[in-house]
Amino acid sequence: MNVVNEMNLSFSAKSINESFARSAVSAFVLSLDPTIAELSDIKTAVSEAVTNCIVHAYGYQGGIIYINAKITDTNKVIIKIRDKGCGIENVRQAMEPLYTTGGEERAGLGFAVMQSFMDKVSVRSTPSKGTTVTMEKAIIRCVKNERP
Amino acid sequence: MVEIENNENVMTAVLSGDIDHHRCAVIRKKIDARADSERPKVLVLDFSRVQFMDSSGVGLVMGRYRQMSLLGGRLKVINVPENIDKVFRLSGLERLGVME
Ligand SMILES: Nc1ncnc2c1ncn2[C@@H]1O[C@H](COP(=O)(O)OP(=O)(O)O)[C@@H](O)[C@H]1O
Ligand SMILES: [Mg+2]
Repeated sequence: MNVVNEMNLSFSAKSINESFARSAVSAFVLSLDPTIAELSDIKTAVSEAVTNCIVHAYGYQGGIIYINAKITDTNKVIIKIRDKGCGIENVRQAMEPLYTTGGEERAGLGFAVMQSFMDKVSVRSTPSKGTTVTMEKAIIRCVKNERP
Repeated sequence: MVEIENNENVMTAVLSGDIDHHRCAVIRKKIDARADSERPKVLVLDFSRVQFMDSSGVGLVMGRYRQMSLLGGRLKVINVPENIDKVFRLSGLERLGVME
């Protein structure tokens, strides 16, 4: 498996950037010719991870969010979303559906969405250092788009 | 983002565009302000013009459900597009009996 395309992005952890972040990743993934449903899944998962950096990792103090996205020759997209915020004490508990440490009407479903919309999700976190969420999704190559 | 109309005790909020954590803050304030002052019997959230939604939208619906219960009214969610319904299905929100 080789990386054939890659991009890096860093931006302020402000809620106004949630739409920028998912649109940027979605534009990058377009080269894989995803279906509308695949693109929608990726946008939703990215929105969840980025929102978590803004709401939970940094809170009101703010900080920088880092996104790295890679496309492989096996038609996979690998997205890493990283913050240098408060970190997560107990990752397994945080990932349980409906678990939330609160804040304005959170549903506690962010990780559940990421896990169900992407093929693979892994979380690495160190309290008071930060969190990295890595997500993967294979984009199904569509035969009708194959050129002769 | 949100257009609100109140007709004979039925308040309809037509949501549009992207519903994420950022936009939810504004939408919530607008709906709650109108519902608090006009006290409708039913609040209808119309999703027909929503293009994108993450789990923040689930929080928005649960919050309005709670608010309408406190005001002695009901909540209804209508016209949910397929890609957005995927998020609602995962949330188990159907159990509240508000989805149409
Ligand atoms: N990047 C992060 N930094 C710190 N804590 C996080 C981060 N992401 C998630 N969490 C913790 O995990 C919990 C669950 O996250 P999630 O499933 O997205 O639900 P919600 O955002 O609705 O609380 C959060 O309430 C928070 O405590
Ligand atoms: Mg979340």
